[in-house]
Amino acid sequence: MIPPFETFYEAHRDEVFRFLSRRLGRQSAEDAFQETFLRALRAYPRLEHGEHLRAWVFTIASRLVVDEARRARPAAELPELTAADDRLPAFEDLAPLTDELPPKERAAVVLRYGYDLDYDEIGAALGSTEAAARQAASAGVRRLRKEHR
Amino acid sequence: MTVSPSLDERFRTAAAAADLLDVAFDVIDDTPIGPLLVGVSDHGVCRISFDTEPEHHLEVLARQFGPRVLRSSRPVERMHRELDEYFAGRRQHFDVEPDVRFLPTYHRLVLEELARVAYGTTTTYGTLAAKTGNPRAARAVGTVMHRNPIPIVLPCHRVVGASGSLTGYAGGLDRKEALLRLEGALL
Repeated sequence: MIPPFETFYEAHRDEVFRFLSRRLGRQSAEDAFQETFLRALRAYPRLEHGEHLRAWVFTIASRLVVDEARRARPAAELPELTAADDRLPAFEDLAPLTDELPPKERAAVVLRYGYDLDYDEIGAALGSTEAAARQAASAGVRRLRKEHR
Repeated sequence: MTVSPSLDERFRTAAAAADLLDVAFDVIDDTPIGPLLVGVSDHGVCRISFDTEPEHHLEVLARQFGPRVLRSSRPVERMHRELDEYFAGRRQHFDVEPDVRFLPTYHRLVLEELARVAYGTTTTYGTLAAKTGNPRAARAVGTVMHRNPIPIVLPCHRVVGASGSLTGYAGGLDRKEALLRLEGALL
């Protein structure tokens, strides 16, 4: 059962806004906040269940943070891609790979390696702790290694 | 740090403007019979309630109309204005359509008949029952009135007992009496 959007919005708006403010600063955070919940609203009828909604909305918000960072940085100032950056897979690359993972592990892997979020932020997004997020991400990676061997 | 009221309002307005809501609702505080919770869909007004605690309505509205239920005042403005005019005695008929799509057939049938009961007049449960095919179904008609999701617009306050007594009203007899008095149906 998917909760009414009002309930979902009331439950998560403040922490989503705090997260966006930390990453983007207050001004950009306001636009990103509105866009996050408009995107959530667009996708809402297609949700199959009401689990992990917190991680889901943080995934949307994280994606906007990444887009905003790209947009805000003028092309001329783009740093040379380092080897480490090059190895970061985009969300689109990770999504099909992680399809089969349990939801928590999947969210942790995508947020860590797709969005480069810190474990404390992932912990916040998943409603658990930094340690649990680290554990979920490494369990996910182990599982992926096993599956793709 | 929390979301400021202006940012909150901005999102709620944008959500409605983008046509992304199954139901928009708001609480109207300034009516002579107390505050009303009003819900509207794409198809018209789908909920009016004297119980203005949103918590009591969200789940039901989401189940019936879809999960995108959000408080947003803009879409409710038209209904709000028509209610203001009605309470000021300047409106006898509502132009906002009642959205009864998801009600059981019998309820819809009875409520459609109810919608024909004119401003300032009353009818009885038995008369409505007869008009909807079964003169003995007065009690069933009473149940439909009691569960009327859009009172005032669908005027169940105009239905009284065969003896002329007010009988009952989901919003309380005081409100029923006030509405009939407003319409000049009670002296």
